[in-house]
Amino acid sequence: MNEINIMIVGVGGQGTLLASRIIGNVAVNSSYDVKLSEIHGMAQRGGSVISSIRMGEKVYSPLIEKGAADIILAFEELEALRWLDYLAPDGRVIVNRQQILPASVLTGQAVYPEEIIDKIRERVGNIITIDALTVARKCGTTRVVNTVLIGILASLLDFPIEMWRTSLKRLIPERYLGANLKAFEEGYNYGLN
Amino acid sequence: MLKELMLGNEAIARGAYEAGVTVVSSYPGTPSTEITECIAKRYAEIYSEWASNEKVALEVAIGAAMAGARSMTAMKHVGLNVAADPLFTVSYTGINGGLLIVVADDPGMHSSQNEQDSRHYARAAKLPLLEPADSQECKDFVKKAYEISEEFDTPVMIRLSTRISHSLSPVELEERTDYELKDYQKDIGKNVMMPAMARKRHLIIEERMEDLKGFAEKSSLNQIFWGDKKIGVISSGIAYQYAREAFGGDVSYLKLGMVYPLPEKLIRDFAAEVDVLYVVEELEPFLEEQIKALGIEVTGKEFLPVTGELNSGIIQERLLGKEKDTEAVDREEVPGRPPVLCPGCPHRATFHILKKLKLNVVGDIGCYTLGALPPVSAMDICVCMGASIGIAHGMEKARGRDFAGKTVAVIGDSTFIHSGITGLIDIVYNKGTSTVIILDNSITGMTGHQENPTTGYTIKGEPTKQVNLVKLGEAIGIERIKIVDPFNLRELEEIIKEELAVDEPSLIIAQRPCALLKKANYTGYAIIDKDVCRNCKLCMSIACPAMVDKGDYIEIDDSLCNGCMLCAEKCPFDAIMKVGGNDE
Repeated sequence: MNEINIMIVGVGGQGTLLASRIIGNVAVNSSYDVKLSEIHGMAQRGGSVISSIRMGEKVYSPLIEKGAADIILAFEELEALRWLDYLAPDGRVIVNRQQILPASVLTGQAVYPEEIIDKIRERVGNIITIDALTVARKCGTTRVVNTVLIGILASLLDFPIEMWRTSLKRLIPERYLGANLKAFEEGYNYGLN
Repeated sequence: MLKELMLGNEAIARGAYEAGVTVVSSYPGTPSTEITECIAKRYAEIYSEWASNEKVALEVAIGAAMAGARSMTAMKHVGLNVAADPLFTVSYTGINGGLLIVVADDPGMHSSQNEQDSRHYARAAKLPLLEPADSQECKDFVKKAYEISEEFDTPVMIRLSTRISHSLSPVELEERTDYELKDYQKDIGKNVMMPAMARKRHLIIEERMEDLKGFAEKSSLNQIFWGDKKIGVISSGIAYQYAREAFGGDVSYLKLGMVYPLPEKLIRDFAAEVDVLYVVEELEPFLEEQIKALGIEVTGKEFLPVTGELNSGIIQERLLGKEKDTEAVDREEVPGRPPVLCPGCPHRATFHILKKLKLNVVGDIGCYTLGALPPVSAMDICVCMGASIGIAHGMEKARGRDFAGKTVAVIGDSTFIHSGITGLIDIVYNKGTSTVIILDNSITGMTGHQENPTTGYTIKGEPTKQVNLVKLGEAIGIERIKIVDPFNLRELEEIIKEELAVDEPSLIIAQRPCALLKKANYTGYAIIDKDVCRNCKLCMSIACPAMVDKGDYIEIDDSLCNGCMLCAEKCPFDAIMKVGGNDE
């Protein structure tokens, strides 16, 4: 059983918590030992947020150390760059091509870095980019951006696709499920291609 | 056996359920909130409530325990400061049915105003303290805590930290065992703490501590994992997990599940077997100082930090001299992203006016504390729950009436009930003239939307009596009380100016629901008509995160905007209009 460390990074309010729960659920149902760390409270109000998911034979610390993340799933470009030193040397990055400007940029005190994707490419060989917001709109609502991204992540891991669907069904309320399942398939197929 | 992935907090709730607990009273506070929320949502067998503050919550739990039930209260670390008064004395009375106090610390201060180490409370109040290291232990230790509580006639504390409370790991579920109410018997020698009785009880409590020490020596809560004996590590809670990760499987561990009182003999025996002894703990040297006091040589805080969160990387670097070789991200280049008030937040409007009027603003604890940060930058002081009102009054007494005419206290609805009301009574009684603004957004916001006495609903969403803030203000002697919708900027500004000018205390209730609540009723989003807009940038002064200054023009991000239209209030040219939603 391989140890897998996944970091989900984004901006509070983007739905990173649901994403990490779905992944954790898939892992625990595959008889992995799992630890998943989340940040609740103040940071959820538009701050930089991070979830860690660790799975393996036996997991102790819920936190991922610098240089130890096998996959970073970034919901926003700047957040991808911020957490890049947590990526393992042969790790992979999935970046949603969305830019949410922090307050310091809105007020002109700081500059949002240009060409973030190029900067990541300079350091990481294995990167997938997607405009998940546009894909989500196609599925009917911008609220399923997170599920599109989970779909891509699922395409990189070895768990059977049915297990992902089961987790989605378990954790997402009935009335939103349709759009989410569609978004998941879109992301999954995007990841395979 | 059925395994479920659970937050530490959810596992605490599950433990209470399985242990047959029937009464839980708490006040929300990150990172403890989900414990009580989960109980209200999942376990109908348990009566649960949001109390008006942590002191009341503990008192309710004490009452339930004295009446013969198993009861629990859960709070964040600073909440325990509020509940400290009953805590120290219920240690003397002891219990009847089991009583558990769960406290969640926040090392690293993800969502807190200080980084206190609540383990000190157990020592100061002479109470046994357990510290689980994952979700399974959260559940198991709750059940163990009730056994200890009833065997030794003592309240028991469980200490969590953010990474225990908000980490998920697998938990084996078991059935609930119903707990039969114990008889209630009057016993003033035990339950009425006045000097004559308390003196006798103190002696009994000291004996109890001795008995608990004996228990700690034999308890399975404390475990030794032998490996190579060159290195021995003593640790507990989340710090144990970090240590286990950093040192690996080869060294020897003494993992303490009961961190107060300590098993002295067990520690001595363990120390005698290993060549080098480390104590790994987060925040204060709570274990280390006690172990050193036994005359045992240990290494710990000499190298490990007393501030912030620990992790296995820090332990490897500081204790094992192993540095990770990672290419650092150029921090200069990556702007920080602190949290902000949401788009549509009612507090944004209030802070906009307070800043415009250049007032001294004494703040309080809640979402609105974010009003201190740029770009809102409209708060000068924030200390603890309810403090805004007393501090504003103290400033007036130090600097006089003119200063009070330029100063306001701002406090949320839940925080006002928690401990603001007492400050307000103090102002009226002592002839102050402060202006107090209650930011009434109809919910406890920052902790994730809990009901409170001003919302008119219970923890289960059942309708109940609603505190009438106007009548409450009148009853304590405030004669000037105004209610205003803060999005009506002009009216809000007039009222604030008027109330600051008068020579008596005023209460302004700024009423508008939290933007994340359904009843905020925001629909659609705003756009700027570029032909009408003159790029005066007045709309930017409200500091909304959905508005971007592009230099030549202003853009509104439609994925963030919720159509609250506060920006349109500021536009002198009517260039901002709503798209989508009801008003289209």
